[in-house]
Amino acid sequence: MVAAAAHAATRYVLRLYVTGSTPHSTRAISNIRKICEEHLDGRYDLEVIDISQYPSLAKGEQIIAAPTLIRKLPLPLRRFIGDMSQTQRILLGLDLRKAESSSAKLP
Amino acid sequence: MKKKLTEIAPTLSKAPTGIAGLDEITGGGLPAGRPSLVCGNAGCGKTMLAMEFLVRGATQFGEPGVFMMFEENAAELTANVRSLGFDLDKLAAEKKIALDYVHIERSEFEETGEYDLEGLFIRLGHAIDSIGAKRVVLDTVEALFAGLPNHAVLRAELRRLFRWLKDRGMTAIITGERGEGSAITRYGLEEYVADCVIILDQRIQEQISTRRLRVLKYRGTAHGMNEYPFLIGAHGFSVLPITSLQLDHEVSVQRVPTGVARLDEMLGGKGIFRGSSVLVSGSPGTGKSSIAAKFIESACARGERALFFAYEESKAQIVRNMRSIGIDLATPIKKGLLEIHSSRPTLQGLEQHLVMMHDLVRTFHPTVVAVDPISNLTMAHDDAEAKPTLMRLIDFLKKEQITGIYTSLTSGGDATSAPEDSQLYVSSLMDTWLLLRNVEFTGECNRTIFVRKSRGMAHSNQVREFVVSDTGIDLVDVYLGGDRVLTGSARVAREAQERAVSTLRGEDHQRKLRQLASRRKAIEAQIAALQAEAEAESEEVHFVIAQETLQEKTTHQNTSAMAQQRGGATGTNGQMKQRR
Repeated sequence: MVAAAAHAATRYVLRLYVTGSTPHSTRAISNIRKICEEHLDGRYDLEVIDISQYPSLAKGEQIIAAPTLIRKLPLPLRRFIGDMSQTQRILLGLDLRKAESSSAKLP
Repeated sequence: MKKKLTEIAPTLSKAPTGIAGLDEITGGGLPAGRPSLVCGNAGCGKTMLAMEFLVRGATQFGEPGVFMMFEENAAELTANVRSLGFDLDKLAAEKKIALDYVHIERSEFEETGEYDLEGLFIRLGHAIDSIGAKRVVLDTVEALFAGLPNHAVLRAELRRLFRWLKDRGMTAIITGERGEGSAITRYGLEEYVADCVIILDQRIQEQISTRRLRVLKYRGTAHGMNEYPFLIGAHGFSVLPITSLQLDHEVSVQRVPTGVARLDEMLGGKGIFRGSSVLVSGSPGTGKSSIAAKFIESACARGERALFFAYEESKAQIVRNMRSIGIDLATPIKKGLLEIHSSRPTLQGLEQHLVMMHDLVRTFHPTVVAVDPISNLTMAHDDAEAKPTLMRLIDFLKKEQITGIYTSLTSGGDATSAPEDSQLYVSSLMDTWLLLRNVEFTGECNRTIFVRKSRGMAHSNQVREFVVSDTGIDLVDVYLGGDRVLTGSARVAREAQERAVSTLRGEDHQRKLRQLASRRKAIEAQIAALQAEAEAESEEVHFVIAQETLQEKTTHQNTSAMAQQRGGATGTNGQMKQRR
């Protein structure tokens, strides 16, 4: 469980860029919140940014598609586009599935 | 809705691009407030065209613009267009241009459900609002296809994007890669951008590359349908201006001397019209360049500006060679009245040559342009292609009221073949055509010149001998000997012969006069002798008379004396007796 514990200690910094309250946006927000609560309880930092309010941020973060989720930490930087409905893909991309499967094998 | 309909003017409003030549082809520019598609293969100048459209819009037409790039980043683009004299950093600081680099890395993306490209819209909208843009460039939006896996979404979003640009009244250029085969663009962008499609093309023919532009489609307006060559030069993009669409240039009635007095004489006594075009054709060594140089020299001597495009000799060589026949080109060069541009005709394509000539003519403002020889320009091209391009040059110069003198090398060398056949069919475009020929006769080759045609003036139909000496060039009358013209030595011999004949005749007259004089003298002497004789005779007569009178008198005295002695006898009897 040492490796898992080390993994469990990793802090996740996530940014979700949405555009207003479109169906995509609202779905993405609720989906990612659910994932975070289930898999990253207490060790995540999720910020939801409405780029229609802060358009200059879109340029800086190279946002094209909406919604876009950026994993700032842990490195490397990862991007996810879509309404975050494909949970398995997100977990894989966030290296959460891997951690789980390895911890299951360990004992 | 009704209001919108009435707002649309009967003629489509257009946004000028400021690109030399393009506005002429499109009749004023790109459709204002609509997106246009510019497509072509890699390296054919799409980005340059789009960039110039934006920069000129911002600097010349007061329309700021957003450049959204998908392939190069802002720093690269800024460096690239600096070579054209565009300072993007300055323009960006002045809020005339906004640059946005959209970077997409396929490997960084993970699709996790439905999405749209609202982020792109927001970025573009933000850039537009930040500078109050009227123009937008998306270069090359197709890069999104490589970046985003879901093409169905992308297509729908692009359609929405172009619609959105239209609704915002943006005059936009969307660039796209040329597709395979008959496809205009690789991803079919032409489906969405249907108002105006411009195709750029780079072609290599006989190892010379030429860029061409064609307006494939321009909804709601007439436009030039042809392919037009273009060049990316030091002053940006330049499409060869189309002046040959209309034949409506002003004409001058002013006459310009050619520099050869006898030639002017052949051309109605005054030379050629200002702004007309003169073709000097002939086989090698007939003196074409000399005529062109003489013409230029005389123009410069009048204080006019001249451009000399030479494709056979270097500048120094021309100056030296012309000096040897008494034509001074060095002085006008020093005075800045003459520029000689020497280059290899194969240096670049014909079109590029012509575009370069256009640029030089525009900056130098000459009144005379000489091209020596025009036939070399077309060496690497087939005639069908060469003619329209040459026509454009000739028309351009005519429109600018520039007198053009073009030499043309003909392959047919001697007088028997017809050098007229190899004129690239440009002779019909020329106002004046001087034909130079070599005439070989009695073991020597001499040059002859005649005016094949000269529009708008009475011109001589005579063949003249064209003499090039170290004091310049001149025309001399030829002699007709039998059924052919006599030139050179034959002419000189004939001249000498005539001179001899006339001298002899003169001497004959003198002799006759002298004979007459001496005859008169002889007659006069004769008269004098006769008179003297007559006088002598009359003197004799008088003498005899006097003698006889005296004798008679003496006799009479003697008789009377005798009679007196005889005493009273009459003299008569005494005489009678004496007689008996």
